[in-house]
Amino acid sequence: MNWFRRVTQGIHTQMSERKEVPDGLWHRCSQCKTTTTTRAHKNNLWVCTNCDYHSRIGSEEYFEILFDKGTARKLFGNLIAKDTLDFTDSISYKKRLQQSQKKTGLDDAMQVAVGKLNGSELVVACMDFSFIGGSMGVVVGEKISRAIDHCLEHHLPLLIISKSGGARMMESAFSLMQMAKTSAKLTLLAEAKLPYISLMTDPTTGGVTASFAMLGDLNVAEPNALIGFAGPRVIKETIRRDLPDGFQTSEFLLEHGFLDKIIHRKQLKDQLGQLFAHFRQ
Amino acid sequence: MVFLDFEQPIEELTERIARVKEIGNTEKVDVSKTIVELEQKLVLAKQRVYKNLSRWQRVQLSRHPERPYTLYYIQQMFDNFVELHGDRQVADDKAIVGGLASLNGKSVMVIGHQKGTDTKSRQYRNFGMANPEGYRKALRLMHLAEKFDKPVICFIDTPGAYPGLEAEERGQAEAIARNLFEMSRLPVPIICVIIGEGASGGALGIGIGDRILMLENTWYSVISPESCSSILWHTWEHKEKAAEALRLTPQDMLQFKLIDEIVQEPFGGAHHDPAQTAATLKNTIEKYLTDLLVLNKKTLVSQRIQKFSTMGEFAQK
Ligand SMILES: [Zn+2]
Repeated sequence: MNWFRRVTQGIHTQMSERKEVPDGLWHRCSQCKTTTTTRAHKNNLWVCTNCDYHSRIGSEEYFEILFDKGTARKLFGNLIAKDTLDFTDSISYKKRLQQSQKKTGLDDAMQVAVGKLNGSELVVACMDFSFIGGSMGVVVGEKISRAIDHCLEHHLPLLIISKSGGARMMESAFSLMQMAKTSAKLTLLAEAKLPYISLMTDPTTGGVTASFAMLGDLNVAEPNALIGFAGPRVIKETIRRDLPDGFQTSEFLLEHGFLDKIIHRKQLKDQLGQLFAHFRQ
Repeated sequence: MVFLDFEQPIEELTERIARVKEIGNTEKVDVSKTIVELEQKLVLAKQRVYKNLSRWQRVQLSRHPERPYTLYYIQQMFDNFVELHGDRQVADDKAIVGGLASLNGKSVMVIGHQKGTDTKSRQYRNFGMANPEGYRKALRLMHLAEKFDKPVICFIDTPGAYPGLEAEERGQAEAIARNLFEMSRLPVPIICVIIGEGASGGALGIGIGDRILMLENTWYSVISPESCSSILWHTWEHKEKAAEALRLTPQDMLQFKLIDEIVQEPFGGAHHDPAQTAATLKNTIEKYLTDLLVLNKKTLVSQRIQKFSTMGEFAQK
């Protein structure tokens, strides 16, 4: 719903200015402006060596961080969005989809893979913010639905990594119903007693937060991620006063009881491995 | 009667009829012929206006200040309504009401967004925008319904979940998500009716059911036309265009197979004859409830999950 509205504190740059992974030789931290080599930045899992800022990365990077080398296999790569509403704003939705596909090399805002994490198999569904603000349309909903089916069929745990501005406006009620669809499917995973960990990363807002992202057996987040239902600008306009420092950050959500844990990206693989192991033992 | 901008021809004729009648009374002249003529014109004007409603005009009707709200429908359709309050955690949200009521002698749980009818009560009801407590109260009542095996009927009418600071602190997103999850598997029949505005997650938060109905002049969308306009065109002015683009009417929703039935309203909208609207809605709800009550719980829940799992079309490469 508010993928365009990400705001605040100079931490987050505009969608158009931002690249998920810098492809030049140098990386300049968008928060502390420290410059390092792209290679050093990547070796540090795209976390700033100076200020610890976690750069926004995509599904390919998360798969690389989490899966044991050579074990990952992508699933449901054949699904693409359909412009059922024939939606047009500044450009047509069809064109926007084509442009995003070309720019990102992705089919839509989510990739799903099955593979091993520290030797144990799991399904990971990961959102891509670079694809129309990581917005949830029918394809994202359907991929989550199929990821859950795959878990049920093969008796595997599920990790969903959220990074999204919310529902995809160009799919109107269809995108809204993906909130219902993903939540309904998660009840089947719960019934089968298969663990689901929801990892929220910067940013996770709108209809994604108000559905599968908040429904993990465990809800965890990367540090200092923007997580909320309404976007900060909308809230500010509604209450007509400034928002407190740190409002809607991971730390804020932990403090208010909505997260189990904040996990630094460099500990992500091991801690997720440990958590999933607890459910197996 | 409050008239909307596009109802101007109807308003003018209505006023003229009133004036002519008044003249007839005070001057003691026979105006019956003029009245008949004007009333024929009024019928034609109403047909011209109401038979070709644009999407935006339906949005306007859904927000008509005289439109009936949840508590009206509850009073008209049910007996022995007992309102139940509070989420047992933080507060009693006034934007969502709920309680036990009898439908033809059988107890059901009714839950719905509630708007106010004047400045004071609108504020009291927070304009139908619920905080997390509202969704948690709704869920508490649904679990109560589950325990005592009562069907649940939800009335949806909200411009959205409240985007406030405390709402975020107390987990607006979690509250809505939890409702989507729990409503998906609640082992009693659930019927949801959009009676006015169906805005986004705030509507869906009490909107998962076995049958989803929409009154004729309502809307359901991921975002309001105004907000959509402000995002796409950086102004609220293009709300008509946005309403068209979002395809948010009951007619659109039925065509997309996202709802089960459109419930007819009296000509000109529910506020022209609220009692008739309630009677029609009651019949429709009874019909679906009869169908649902014969299903065993497992079938009921698995059909509901299946219903939402198949929503939306996609292409394959
Ligand atoms: Zn830095």
